[in-house]
Amino acid sequence: MVANVKDKAVIVGVHNTQFSKNSGVSELNLAAQAVKGAIDDAGLKPTDIDGFATFTMDANDEIEVARAVGTGDMTFWGRSHYGGGAATGSLHQAVMAVSTGMAECVAVFRALNGRSGHRFSAGVSEGVMTADIIHWGWYMPYGLLTPASWVAMFTQRWMHNTGVTKDALFEVAHQTRQYAVNNPNAFFHERPFDRAEYDAARMICDPLQLFDCCQESDGASCVIVTTPERARDLKQPGVAVRGVAQAAAADQEQMTSFYRDEFAAIPEMEIAARNCYEMADLTPDDIDAAVIYDAFSPIVLWQIEAWNFCGAGESGDFVLDGALRPDGRLPCNTHGGQLSEAYIHGVNGIVEATKLVRGTSLNQPEKAVNHALVTSGVGIPTGGALLGKLD
Amino acid sequence: MNADELQAFEDEIYAFVGQEVYPPTPAPDDVNMPMIRQWAEIMGDTNPAYLDADWAANSSRGRTIAPPAMMYAWGQEGFQVTKGRSPNAQSNLVALFNKHGYTGVLGTNVKQEYFKEVSPGDNVTIQMVIDNISERKTTSRGTGYFFETLSTFTDQHGDVIGTQRFKVLKFIPQEQPAAAASADGGLEVPTRIASVRGPDNGWWWDAVDEGKVLIQRCKSCQTLRHPPRPMCGECQSMEWDSIESTLKGEVLSYTCVRYPHVPGYPKDPICAVIKLAEGTNLVANVVGCEYEDVSIGMQVTGKVEQVDEKTTLPQFYPA
Ligand SMILES: [Zn+2]
Repeated sequence: MVANVKDKAVIVGVHNTQFSKNSGVSELNLAAQAVKGAIDDAGLKPTDIDGFATFTMDANDEIEVARAVGTGDMTFWGRSHYGGGAATGSLHQAVMAVSTGMAECVAVFRALNGRSGHRFSAGVSEGVMTADIIHWGWYMPYGLLTPASWVAMFTQRWMHNTGVTKDALFEVAHQTRQYAVNNPNAFFHERPFDRAEYDAARMICDPLQLFDCCQESDGASCVIVTTPERARDLKQPGVAVRGVAQAAAADQEQMTSFYRDEFAAIPEMEIAARNCYEMADLTPDDIDAAVIYDAFSPIVLWQIEAWNFCGAGESGDFVLDGALRPDGRLPCNTHGGQLSEAYIHGVNGIVEATKLVRGTSLNQPEKAVNHALVTSGVGIPTGGALLGKLD
Repeated sequence: MNADELQAFEDEIYAFVGQEVYPPTPAPDDVNMPMIRQWAEIMGDTNPAYLDADWAANSSRGRTIAPPAMMYAWGQEGFQVTKGRSPNAQSNLVALFNKHGYTGVLGTNVKQEYFKEVSPGDNVTIQMVIDNISERKTTSRGTGYFFETLSTFTDQHGDVIGTQRFKVLKFIPQEQPAAAASADGGLEVPTRIASVRGPDNGWWWDAVDEGKVLIQRCKSCQTLRHPPRPMCGECQSMEWDSIESTLKGEVLSYTCVRYPHVPGYPKDPICAVIKLAEGTNLVANVVGCEYEDVSIGMQVTGKVEQVDEKTTLPQFYPA
């Protein structure tokens, strides 16, 4: 069965707040700014918004955001679980609501003080994520406490299996930095870096060094999703959701699926990719650019394989051939990614994928971008979306 | 402290660099056998080069020598310290740190270097200066500064016999949750974060406390499963028992968690996914070797060990 959502929901407004290491304001303040900015970008009024979609990890109540922004009556709110796996998961919620008529204008947002408030690098502890505490208990006593440590465990084995080296990890980190240099809202705006700086950076969890890891950030991002009919009357060219999928594969854990026959793999993303392509009636050849979730550099490589841009184990060569660059096969993370722009849990990626299809990225590739891919986090139940121009 | 106040404070502390704590001061007693004998006795050092005059007379030196590590002992002030001592550069620096909240103190390193031996009858002169003060550092103990004193020891001929560098961290102690005072006023040493024990996993950890690693087994289809859960994913039976692992296994992947350092954990713990001989995978620590010695495919043997005051865990060693 293929879900029947192709082109039934359209992204019409996008906004990022300023990204920083210390916003100095509440997460509610950030959410309200992001939602209002996206409403303005769309040419809508706050009272047009009748639904919200966000992450279970988001600390804001939908009704508080609604009051702050001054929306009208609400008929839909939905949340997606599993950290960064909810990036396109929250979009998925909005698409289902709009395509079924449960709501007409849904604001998809994520707002966090990820640097000045609770930091992901602080790891899990007894006081956090209480619902998952039994799960984390298999890892915490040994010191395997942080996202970097869990991803490192996959990376070490994947590099061993495939022979991919840090040259490819560097290419991912370096290319996002090249893009960020042009982005005034990126942490690494006007700050180029080179292999020597990459190699000299401290080891976080072998083999991941500092620049293989994303930015802990304060900020918020929002995209507004509505119907194609409504979208045609709005300010911006509409960006249609051709396909959007979520998946959890057998024997899945959150970040620690170490019990599969071959655990250096992301079968959940392969399922999401297959379903997305089918829904959208597209193939990898149709995809012109991508925003691939990059909490850590190696996870971009695994996703390139999962979305079939190359064969298994070939992503290292794929990126070293320059595929991610502006003139490459798959210009990728053109905003600087979460490695170099900011870590807004992937929703800044949906903003960027929308801009790529609109043709307004700060690093817009020279070729026509008819379709862009955007993905959610890796190692968790995850997903992705394929965006294209509204006909 | 705002930026200007911090600047003023740092200007004041850095002005101590190069100041003399003790001007060159001859030790009250010459190097002598009774003190050498007492020192060697306390240290359990029976080296005849220090203690046996007849043996030493026939050695290449032709005489007994003082243990080089004693050089700092010769100038120690003794009982008079209890009556107070006059202020010097070091005590003034410490007072300045204390005044600004850096009341925590931790001796972190002593490094001695030896250049010439001394024998009974020689006299040792000690001079100490404040050699350097670090920039402001954030450590696991709290925010503070390292300062290092340099003592130089000379004999009666003016020859340098050795030097001693002593490094101290002065820090703001309330930033030290690691050693927060417990209810009874004692210091609580942090331990590893424990797994919460619920109905589905508690029995596994209880067995670890008793020195065993168990693997859950479906009573219906005999499939082993880890981590434990209430139903068999193969046949949906909720009946289960367990077998005890032999703790022989193979490393499937590993990492060294270098940053951040979490209080209660060893520095740079090596974590690994280990395929047990029984067929299930287990995450645990690899110990007893360096990170560089670990590899995928490496054979390991586990032991259940107490790793801190409150925590017992399986730990795996190179087989
Ligand atoms: Zn069974």
